[in-house]
Amino acid sequence: MHIYVNGKVLDVTAATLAALLRELDYEDAAVATALNHDFVRKCDRGTTPLKEGDAVEILAPRQGG
Amino acid sequence: MAQDLGTDLAADFGSDPLTLYGTKFSSRLIAGTARYPSPAILSRAILAAKAEIVTVSLRRESGGGRAGERFWALIRDLGVRVLPNTAGCSSVREAVTTAQMAREVFDTSWIKLEVIGEEDSLQPDVFGLVEAASILTREGFQVFPYTTEDLVAAEKLLGAGCEVLMPWGSPIGSGRGLNNPYGLKSLRAHFPHVPLIIDAGIGAPSHAAVAMEMGFDAVLTNTAIAKAGDPVNMARAFALAVEAGRTGYRADLMQARDMAAPSTPVMGRAFSDLARA
Repeated sequence: MHIYVNGKVLDVTAATLAALLRELDYEDAAVATALNHDFVRKCDRGTTPLKEGDAVEILAPRQGG
Repeated sequence: MAQDLGTDLAADFGSDPLTLYGTKFSSRLIAGTARYPSPAILSRAILAAKAEIVTVSLRRESGGGRAGERFWALIRDLGVRVLPNTAGCSSVREAVTTAQMAREVFDTSWIKLEVIGEEDSLQPDVFGLVEAASILTREGFQVFPYTTEDLVAAEKLLGAGCEVLMPWGSPIGSGRGLNNPYGLKSLRAHFPHVPLIIDAGIGAPSHAAVAMEMGFDAVLTNTAIAKAGDPVNMARAFALAVEAGRTGYRADLMQARDMAAPSTPVMGRAFSDLARA
């Protein structure tokens, strides 16, 4: 299945957002997620299914002004 | 301003707290964390600035990297309060989603809300800002909106539930100081009891001092410190300038006048009885 992760197309096997984070080695990272521009809480990732063409954002703390 | 003449207002700086959404701070200098030469210099500069609040952001993590975690650990070690931003967002939806994500990662309901309306000046889109602020305050956020000196926008942001405003001094990263002192003075005068933090465009400690002398409650600066030749000492200079400006404001500045007024007494001047040639 092809999905967009942070703007890049990836071929993944994950069926849920939580599984995607495991697949990409972000499982225990300090990141926040959004699916198709909507925020998905950490506690909801396991029940959030992914489908072909979805756009996932995985954001982490960064320097800011 | 000064209630008891002669009280050491500078020494008293810590007992003149800045209150933001019910939390008191002794420092009135808020520091950004971006564009420093290294994480070590960032840490030293934040300590030198005596900042108790720093701004942070969220950005895309890539390739399983953990740069974000290392940065977050560094900030946590400083023991400061974080003010996440929605920098770069140009729509209400983007800003609201970014704020929601920031609340989870940084575990704070504070959000420095930026909705950018114009790319060259990075001028806030005050229409989108009000809309996003309304949504976020309903969701329990404590919103710090990055806005202009526009009085109507300010009124609407307050109506949307914001208890703090962050008017720009000049465009982000420009270092131009306070572009519109008249407009900023008007804003200060219209909202005497609302915490107003000058955000963006501050380029020198003197700019920060002027803002504080005008009665603004705090100053946020990033680039002026981070891109200085010596960021740590520039941070010290900003801390001193903010303290000097605040103390000057509390000591009640003299009114400027158009004509000269001799400071040395005229009475008793030698030769004063002689007519000028």
